Amino acid sequence: MKSFFDKLAGSKQGAIGFLILAALILVVFPLTLDAFRLNMVGKYLTYAFVAVGLVLCWGYGGILSLGQGIFFGLGGYCMAMFLKLEASDPESTRIQSTPGIPDFMDWNQLTELPLFWEPFHSFGFTLLAVVAVPVLLAFIVGLAMFKRRVGDVYFSIVTQAIAAILTILIIGQQGLTGGVNGITDLRTLMGWDIRSHEAKTVLYFVGAFLLLACILIGRFILASKLGRLLMAMRDKEERVRFSGYDVASFKIFVFCVAAAFSGIGGALFTLQVGFMSPSFVGIVPSIEMVIFAAVGGRMSLLGAVYGALLVNYGKTVFSESFPELWLYFMGGLFIAVVMYFPNGLAGLYQSHGRKWLARLGRWRPKARRAEPVAARPAPSSTPEPTSPALETTP
Amino acid sequence: MDLSLSDFGAIAIMQGFNGLSVFCVLLLMALGLAIIFGQMGVINMAHGEFLTVGAYTTFLVSSLTLRFLPELQPYYFFVAIVLSFLIAGALGWLAEWALISKLYHRPLDTLLATWGLSLVMQQAFRSIFGAREVSASMPDWLMGSWMPTDTIDIPLNGLFVMAVTLLLTVAIFVLLYRSRWGLQVRATVQNRVMARSVGINTKKVDRMTFALGCGVAGVAGAAFTTIGSTGPTSGSLYIVDTFLVVVFGGAASLFGTIASAFSIAQTQSMAEFFISGSMAKVLTLSAVILILMLRPQGLFSLKVRK
Amino acid sequence: MSPTGFQSPKPVLAIEGLTVSFDGFKAVDNLNLYLDRNEVRVVIGPNGAGKTTVLDLICGKTRATAGSIEFDGRELTKMKEFDIVRAGVGRKFQNPSIYENLSVFENLEMSYPAGRKVFGALFFKRSAEVVARVEEVAAEIGLADQLHDEAGLLSHGQKQWLEIGMLLMQDPALLMLDEPVAGMSVSERLQTAELLKRISQGRSVLVIEHDMEFVKSIAHRVTVLHQGKLLAEGSMDAVQNNPKVIEVYLGH
Repeated sequence: MKSFFDKLAGSKQGAIGFLILAALILVVFPLTLDAFRLNMVGKYLTYAFVAVGLVLCWGYGGILSLGQGIFFGLGGYCMAMFLKLEASDPESTRIQSTPGIPDFMDWNQLTELPLFWEPFHSFGFTLLAVVAVPVLLAFIVGLAMFKRRVGDVYFSIVTQAIAAILTILIIGQQGLTGGVNGITDLRTLMGWDIRSHEAKTVLYFVGAFLLLACILIGRFILASKLGRLLMAMRDKEERVRFSGYDVASFKIFVFCVAAAFSGIGGALFTLQVGFMSPSFVGIVPSIEMVIFAAVGGRMSLLGAVYGALLVNYGKTVFSESFPELWLYFMGGLFIAVVMYFPNGLAGLYQSHGRKWLARLGRWRPKARRAEPVAARPAPSSTPEPTSPALETTP
Repeated sequence: MDLSLSDFGAIAIMQGFNGLSVFCVLLLMALGLAIIFGQMGVINMAHGEFLTVGAYTTFLVSSLTLRFLPELQPYYFFVAIVLSFLIAGALGWLAEWALISKLYHRPLDTLLATWGLSLVMQQAFRSIFGAREVSASMPDWLMGSWMPTDTIDIPLNGLFVMAVTLLLTVAIFVLLYRSRWGLQVRATVQNRVMARSVGINTKKVDRMTFALGCGVAGVAGAAFTTIGSTGPTSGSLYIVDTFLVVVFGGAASLFGTIASAFSIAQTQSMAEFFISGSMAKVLTLSAVILILMLRPQGLFSLKVRK
Repeated sequence: MSPTGFQSPKPVLAIEGLTVSFDGFKAVDNLNLYLDRNEVRVVIGPNGAGKTTVLDLICGKTRATAGSIEFDGRELTKMKEFDIVRAGVGRKFQNPSIYENLSVFENLEMSYPAGRKVFGALFFKRSAEVVARVEEVAAEIGLADQLHDEAGLLSHGQKQWLEIGMLLMQDPALLMLDEPVAGMSVSERLQTAELLKRISQGRSVLVIEHDMEFVKSIAHRVTVLHQGKLLAEGSMDAVQNNPKVIEVYLGH
């Protein structure tokens, strides 16, 4: 049992890093941010699920999926379907020509609920579907692609094409999916109003805990033999294959895990934001999700969370103040990260932050002796990924 | 529905011609990519933007001609094609020098970096030309249509695009397979170290190949202006389809690219006759993915000994 | 679990009529080759003779156009690569193929025949048994002192041994080595020859090698390939004096 917990925590440094992240999102953010901003961070954190999944399958497994929006969207749509059905009870939809079905169906002249919507009356089924539907699709795609040994680059392009297909389908089948507007006007979750500030705060914590759980699952996978196999496959696929492993099955597994994480993130997104639309599914959002992981560091589960937070925060700031600059910034970010910081923030921390911290550590006791109170560098309060790392000095 | 046999024949011919137009569009886009991706193995997600560069160049040339040399307006298009090629090629040369050349050993990273490049280029188009779509003014000889019979109506600009596609395809074929430079390109692709040791400047070959691919995209962009208007995201809309065309055809085969553009375009326009356009696209993309599963190396790849 | 060392009159590996063509070019052409239990066989031949392709065909990396490969009563030509490995065929690649970022211990552990499926690997435990086996193999290949070094830091020769060690972890009934002493110093070659003699106890070994001194020191029998076809087979002396072989090697 002890070794099990060791695996979750990783090294001492890993445990500290995890605790800092946990403290940041469970204590610091809720205490310092108002309800509106906290809800926004909650939204960013739902993207972090995708980024954590990408660290597993891209950073460690070498499988670059440019279609994670598919799974995010599927999870989100499953949740949205449940919420929409709850919002469409016969009483509140009595002015429709067919009461009791979602409004957009009525607008599209549907007269009864499509069969595949039926099971989403059940919350239990919905929770299952949030994970199972993305995993099922990932399994099918993975099975078809990896068993046939479709190369990495080809795989990326195919995932992009699937994202395009799904978007076209969702937009084209308006009556079944709400079309380009998505599924909107979601109100309650089993009678509980999810639009209130209190509800959003509760949902924030649910999301935060689930995200931390996903990081621990990711750590468990990476610490296991499977984690080493993933890296071995990424670098020497043939050797792994000719050591008696079915390489495809490991790729399928990690791709499914990433899909499951994305689905959970999508479902939480729907709950936090109150709607789901095809604009979170297609090619562009999918590739943006890759940049979250790339900025945080493709090899760092914790870094992925910081990456998602920072890039989305940047996006919010830019689109509020200088919308025309956002694409330049985003494009520049893609180029700069890939060319100069391939290991992202986590890599920067490894190569520079640590040295800097070590110097700080050597310097601090001396300074403390001279002037105990004033010389201690106060950790800045802004939630930057490097500043909490200050705490890791022994 | 009262269709006589000859009406039906006319519809079939026109629908077939539609398919041919889509084929030309796909092939025009895919040709440059077939060089860059097929020969060099570089995933250039900004390929569509080089096409847009060509389209905007053509728009500029047409506006300037109309303004300053209106009597030359019927002929501006030929200047535009050459300029499109040169400008898109020069930008490609720059991109290779600044970006791609640093990333040859990291194909997935190239994909991400060029995606970043495409975002920057799109925003640059928006800043320079505005978000609204623009159209080049067509010379008179491109307007109107050719009517071999009363019921068949074939637009001239469509024919023109076809002619450009044909010429470009032949030119690329000659360049890659019949010229000394093409030999150097193919040698570099197959064995970089060996090519270098027999005195080929592989860096220069890479840069020129990339620039050529981008230049071809520029010409494709010029041709596009005759059948549609140009906006900042015109090129990027097709990037995934284009990659599928090249991948489907088997990356390193020019003939494969042509055949795959043809089959995808014909499937698409046939399907459009029966179902909605978007569903036809879903169907085509799905079919391509399915076939890729069966033949992961593309339709026309060689079985080689490694 | 059949007892190893059981002497059967049947060859452990029987290749019959094996042909593979790449766009009409026959890299291996109607080849017959039989390998006995506990035999060390060396395959030689000029470049492009199809030696590596034969190994590729046996381990499933390349699929045969025609012919059969029967190993221990099982037909390999239709089996998946990992099933061929699990059936008892181990293969070392021409360039040392090890996991540079992992330690020597982890490299060897990777090839331990347990936890080979997804959930097996997820819940794989480094038991005392695994550790003992890794240490045993490390001692065999002379890397006991480097167990916790990163594999990328090993010398070229040590990397070759490590890859052989990874195969030993699987305890294969047929061990295939592609140029195991390429790039090795003279003393390393001698050590490798000794290693091969030790580990060929109780299993068959198929080696591709160019170094004739090395071939002489290990081979029970030698097979000469030329243009994908069998040119000669027999003891080293017989093969060396075969006029056809001399012609092929010196003819051009």
